[in-house]
Amino acid sequence: MKVKKMLALFLALIMLVSMAACGSSGEPAAPENGGDAQGKVLNIYCWNEEFQSRFTDYFEKLGLVPEGVKVNFIITPSQDNAYQNALDEALLKQDSASADDKIDLFLIEADYALKYVNTDYTLDVVNDIGLTDADLADQYQYTRDIVTDSNGKQKGTTWQATPGLFAYRRSIAKDVLGTDDPVQVQEALADWDKFDKVAEQAAAKGYKMLSGYDDSFRTFNNNMAAPWVDSNNKIVIDPNVMRWVDQTKLYTDKGYNNKTTLWAPEWAADQGPAGKVFGFFYSTWGINFTLLGNSLATPESEGGKAEVGNGIFGDYAVCQGPENYYWGGTWICGAKGTDNIDLVRSIMYTLTCDPATMKKITEDTQDYTNNITAMNEIANSDFKSDFLGGQNHIALFAEAAPKIDMSKISPYDQTMTEQLRLAFKDYFDGKVTKEQALENFYRAVIEKHPELTK
Amino acid sequence: MNSVHDQLKAVRKKNGSISYAKWGYIFLIPFFLVYVVFSFVPLISVFYNSFFENYMSGLKQVGPNFVGFENYDTLFENNLGKYFYNTLLIWVLGFIPQITISLLLASWFTNLRLRLRATGLFKTIIYLPNLIMASAFALLFFVLFSDAGPMNDVLMHLGIIDQPYRFLSEVAGTRGLVIAMNFLLWFGNTTILLMAGIMGIDNSLIEAAEIDGAKSFQMFRLITMPLLKPILIYVMITSMIGGLQLFDVPQILTNGSGNPDRTSTTLIMLLNNHLYSKNYGLGGALSVILLIVSAVLSLLVYDSMTREQRMEKREKKRLKEGAENE
Repeated sequence: MKVKKMLALFLALIMLVSMAACGSSGEPAAPENGGDAQGKVLNIYCWNEEFQSRFTDYFEKLGLVPEGVKVNFIITPSQDNAYQNALDEALLKQDSASADDKIDLFLIEADYALKYVNTDYTLDVVNDIGLTDADLADQYQYTRDIVTDSNGKQKGTTWQATPGLFAYRRSIAKDVLGTDDPVQVQEALADWDKFDKVAEQAAAKGYKMLSGYDDSFRTFNNNMAAPWVDSNNKIVIDPNVMRWVDQTKLYTDKGYNNKTTLWAPEWAADQGPAGKVFGFFYSTWGINFTLLGNSLATPESEGGKAEVGNGIFGDYAVCQGPENYYWGGTWICGAKGTDNIDLVRSIMYTLTCDPATMKKITEDTQDYTNNITAMNEIANSDFKSDFLGGQNHIALFAEAAPKIDMSKISPYDQTMTEQLRLAFKDYFDGKVTKEQALENFYRAVIEKHPELTK
Repeated sequence: MNSVHDQLKAVRKKNGSISYAKWGYIFLIPFFLVYVVFSFVPLISVFYNSFFENYMSGLKQVGPNFVGFENYDTLFENNLGKYFYNTLLIWVLGFIPQITISLLLASWFTNLRLRLRATGLFKTIIYLPNLIMASAFALLFFVLFSDAGPMNDVLMHLGIIDQPYRFLSEVAGTRGLVIAMNFLLWFGNTTILLMAGIMGIDNSLIEAAEIDGAKSFQMFRLITMPLLKPILIYVMITSMIGGLQLFDVPQILTNGSGNPDRTSTTLIMLLNNHLYSKNYGLGGALSVILLIVSAVLSLLVYDSMTREQRMEKREKKRLKEGAENE
């Protein structure tokens, strides 16, 4: 009997041990790429098909890919950091990989750009890849700052610029401010104090100034006085970020917002016909795609048309808002060890420097592209957006984009912005004190980045 | 008679000389090989790793540097107790209704006198939630219980509440949903296990009790429960180990944040946070702590539930020895 019991215990222990050991699971295996001839395979790492479609339409179809070169897109969705995990693993193996398996080109986002840019894995676009300063001169400065390493070398380029504006409801502005004219509305929202005052007026009339907690976050976060992390790896909380905290708490307590979170269904509904929200902070793509889609009563997927009469199409207008900011964007980097340097240069030039291509992309897709001359040309034309009630919003984008200052980014921006919003949501909900929320923020960040300190 | 006895003796002697036991060992080799390679070696390396500083800072590897027990210190300094409490609370509050309902269902389904119809159908239905992936289930709940989701619509329509209840912004709401989901996922499984246990009980005992005029609750309490004990211990220990490793449901439901105020962060979610930077040191230390806690708790459960049996046996032995001495 005793032996049996011991055996049972032993088996239970084994089970326990094997279960506990399951906690740390393996990483996804790096994809393998076929190909045999030297320099005949171009491997591109990315997280969705956006770049692939730009590449196909504006590069491959023009016959710019040399004869016999195979282009591989290795797509890993960015959810749960899967894209960066896959990219990291492949980059760390870059030296030992065979020439055709090496990464040649990879895509990054601004919030974690410096994580890659500040390493030797990315190539200097001028000295290594061979673009000239003249080629790059027409790109917006902030798009270059984001991918400039600590030695001042630019290590990536982008075809988009994504300046942000404040999109407001014309009908609500008329009710609250007595005008829907973008110039006069801008006058009323020119700084945060004025913005707060309009919020109060809007609330008096039964409207909400913003939809939720995160709406104005990027506007504050893009205008910090110092990077998130100083040279001693200490986390720095910028006063501008705390202004966002105080403002959002005030708006929440006074009922100036609807307590939604970014991308939640409630947030999207606030942008639609039933919404009572004064306006939204949105950048280029957000206005033309997301906001437009949300404003329709009958979505385009259900046969609705993007035209006046369907929901609140035509009721939005844009103005610059209290501060300049950007939201989104994708950068292309050349990877160290690539055996396709000429092709990489040619892709970068055609898709991010060539004014003709850039203008064509904007005309075809409404994407706001990263070329000052081309964009100013459209800004000064009689371009009109029916969605914005006939306003030429490109002119506002063109005015805002050069003013964006992104010299204060750090490699940790992604974690910082995500965790800050999560931690302070509890504060806005009234579940914790401000100090406790800050403490939770530090804790969450340091868990992810053990090298940082409070 | 004598010759038969001799024959038996001879057979026994013969059999004794041929050992079939070695085949047993040979057949066990694959299991032990797999166990050593995939469980034992990783287990030892977890202990080893927990004494090193070893993580990725972006694309740079930091360490491994030997730091002794520093990783354990860091964990305890950073509120490990809170996550331990979260995990255990969610398990206990989920386990109590689960074992109650499962016992009730199992005894109904196995009770011949009730003559329940279509028990097979019900058994299938209560087991169904377990077939759904926990993460998919969590995503479903996330949508159902969102601020402007269907559940709030229904509750408001029925006039139970007049403002949406923000489930995922409230501590009770979030933990409650996790508990409810765990309950739904696992009570079917527990019911099936308990039914197997109950059906293993000799029916003549029940019949005898019936003839003696025992009421059904008395029979349940005095016959079914004591004889079900081994299965109950098994259910409890496996459920506890599963509960300590709770991860997918709260992770998906709270989008990995474990909020509000980190009150739904479980131990494995904490481990997952550390693995963001491939922090094998802190992750290893946490795994070791989890292993020790699981082992201690399992032993406690095992010990407390078998104490009575052991006392009885000791008593019997004492009596027997006493009788022999007399």
